[in-house]
Amino acid sequence: MKFWRLPLDAEAHSIPQGMVHIIESRCKGCGFCIEFCPNGCLKQSKRFNVKGYHPPELIFQAEDCVECGLCSLICPEFAIFTELKEAKKITENDIEKVTTRYSRKDKRYTKR
Amino acid sequence: MADRDLLVGEHFIHGDAACAEGAIASGCLFFAGYPITPATEVAERMARRLPEVGGVYIQMEDEIASMAAILGASWGGAKSMTATSGPGFSLMMENIGLGMMTETPCVVVNIQRGGPSTGLPTLVGQADVMQARWGSHGDYGCIALAPASPQECFDLTIKAFNLSETYRQPVFVLADEVVGHMTEKVIIPKREKLHILARSLAKAPKQDYLPFDSSGLLPPPMAIAGQGYHVHVTGLTHDERGYPVITAEVQERNVRHIVDKVRKNAQRIIEVDTVGLEDAEVVVVAYGCTSRVARQAVENLRQKGFKVGLVKLITIWPFPSNLIRDLSKRVKAFIVPEINYGQIAYEVERTAQGDAEVLLMALMGGSIHTPSEIEEAVGEYL
Amino acid sequence: MKVRLRDISQFDKEAAETAIQKDHGLHPDDRFLKPGRIPHIWCPGCGLGVVLTTFIEAVRRNQIPIDKCVVVSGIGCTGRVAGYLDMDTYHTTHGRAIPFATGLALANPEMSVTVFSGDGDLFAIGGNHLIHAARRNVNLKVICVNNFNFGMTGGQVAPTTPLEARTSTTPTGNAEPGFNLPYLAHAAGAIYVARWTTFHPRQLVHSISQALNKKGFTFVEAIAPCPTGYGRPNKLGSGLEEMRFYRDMSEIRNGADPKLAEIKLRQRFIVGTFLDSERPDFLENYDKNVVSRVKSKQKVKEKGKAA
Repeated sequence: MKFWRLPLDAEAHSIPQGMVHIIESRCKGCGFCIEFCPNGCLKQSKRFNVKGYHPPELIFQAEDCVECGLCSLICPEFAIFTELKEAKKITENDIEKVTTRYSRKDKRYTKR
Repeated sequence: MADRDLLVGEHFIHGDAACAEGAIASGCLFFAGYPITPATEVAERMARRLPEVGGVYIQMEDEIASMAAILGASWGGAKSMTATSGPGFSLMMENIGLGMMTETPCVVVNIQRGGPSTGLPTLVGQADVMQARWGSHGDYGCIALAPASPQECFDLTIKAFNLSETYRQPVFVLADEVVGHMTEKVIIPKREKLHILARSLAKAPKQDYLPFDSSGLLPPPMAIAGQGYHVHVTGLTHDERGYPVITAEVQERNVRHIVDKVRKNAQRIIEVDTVGLEDAEVVVVAYGCTSRVARQAVENLRQKGFKVGLVKLITIWPFPSNLIRDLSKRVKAFIVPEINYGQIAYEVERTAQGDAEVLLMALMGGSIHTPSEIEEAVGEYL
Repeated sequence: MKVRLRDISQFDKEAAETAIQKDHGLHPDDRFLKPGRIPHIWCPGCGLGVVLTTFIEAVRRNQIPIDKCVVVSGIGCTGRVAGYLDMDTYHTTHGRAIPFATGLALANPEMSVTVFSGDGDLFAIGGNHLIHAARRNVNLKVICVNNFNFGMTGGQVAPTTPLEARTSTTPTGNAEPGFNLPYLAHAAGAIYVARWTTFHPRQLVHSISQALNKKGFTFVEAIAPCPTGYGRPNKLGSGLEEMRFYRDMSEIRNGADPKLAEIKLRQRFIVGTFLDSERPDFLENYDKNVVSRVKSKQKVKEKGKAA
């Protein structure tokens, strides 16, 4: 499926772009944020924090973060939170991304 | 509290009701209780009186809840009280410990009956004295007052509230069934004649305030809920900020503080009533209803010219060790009539350190001593 | 008697304060946390931190002044919640959080009093207090974190442990069925009853903020993973795997009859807001049935005296 044009009210909306802050020293490596981030922005890092756990880190498509705040809500350790970086205009590129997502071509979404 | 809430004048009421009136006069605004003979009348009076003065009465599901509720109410800012008897007092013990550890002012009235277990619900006993002192686990300083008449029930309940505010801890009024159910004249004086201590609340800036400061001999003023001090109140061993710290060092500071505030201030707290101690050769030590009988016996003997004295304990705890110690050096014997198989008698024996003989006149409960019994016992030592 | 005490140092306020400054304020929620108390004591994968975060979010969303918030908790892992929040918090004895909070809420009705405690604390040792507070409809917000066992003491059987589940005191399987908490709270008279798992943090925030807005006894059950005490003996895996289990096995049924909310071992269960109702709370009834009658009697008396 492909949209043939931008939605007519695209200008009235924006896509929030978030910045993820990770307080690595607090992380106990439960993996909740990595598993449940709706946009799959996080992965487990290879390095150890001061407690000996692997804290999360941002993966390549980190601009996918839409500042939904779920990671900060589901983190039991107060170790991660998001901040609004900017509100992006909707472009054809975004529409394409969304359609790919729902057509499950993106491996990150199909694995769940 | 408005002046009309104080029932100024002469009344003919029983000890339980007088306890309730003492609480009302002290500004008590919260009572949580559970019916138990012979302390029910305190709750009944409070249920009627509290709504008149703008307070809340609640009958809880058990004594455990009652004790917990008055601690909560105290942190909510109200002076609070509960009343019970032996079995209920046993149930309250854990939360009394919480009150000691968290330095929460409140008053617990115990109208003692015969025990152990259900024992003698409607008859007298004085066997909760040691339970009041040591009942809850761990070390703490204990303050307990023993009224001997309805008038004293009124006066000592007020005193108990004042002490609980000063030393920030639960204070016991250890009355007994005879005193609780005895009806006598009680005079409630005008407001100006009463000494009522208002709660001292924290005023220091938040960054300077330590809610559990243990550096002084008295606890700091209290920061109740809603004042903005964000105090964490915990039954765990805690440091001066109230943060739980599970170390031996903080335990030392914490427990020493809650014991020492009573132990080191004991001379200020202790109150006794004495008769003829200046020339006494034998001294009767008694409290509660027993002290009335003892007084009669001592007066009878003194009229006959015998050198007998009386120490009537008004504060059972802390125990007037210094007084008994001094007396033991010059008297022949102490006679201790009490309605148990030896509780205060041990305390007298301990402080006398073998310098004077101690005779325990024990009754297991259900009846009181007669003056002639005491006169006879004293006679054996003269 | 002479007493000899070991020498100890006095409390060093400055040292304590410097220790605090190190790590505090890095997270926006630190504003609601007592300085110097994080990291908390809970195991990796434990759901308690999630419930704590959702509570903070609900307080923030409702804009309740922080000075008006009171949290009372009992004993156990959940009992430690009170010690982390920067509010007036009370960590009471085992099972007695509700009566303590009852006293506080009645003595100072202006405060928003939340009871934050575990399933063992609220339903085993404190079960009697919970049903009576619900019956009286005292203005308390109860958040019960249910992890199906006594975690602090090392994973013993609790009144919520499902039949056949293994714990350290039921090594071959539990012989008793567990309580259905929403059904019990509903039957006892709570005016708001909801259940979510820590996999549903947004719904939890919503339910807790709805509860905070109600006047009366509300009950929110938050099912949380306990990988150490409950997950391991029952082969539920890590905290994360337990979260996945809750994702796959929970079914959202808002408004469902709480009777259906029973939880059986490794079976589907329902979550949702089961009840949202109104009835006068304790103080309202007390004012109407006690205080106003006493006052009118007093007036009659005073008139009689005047006449």
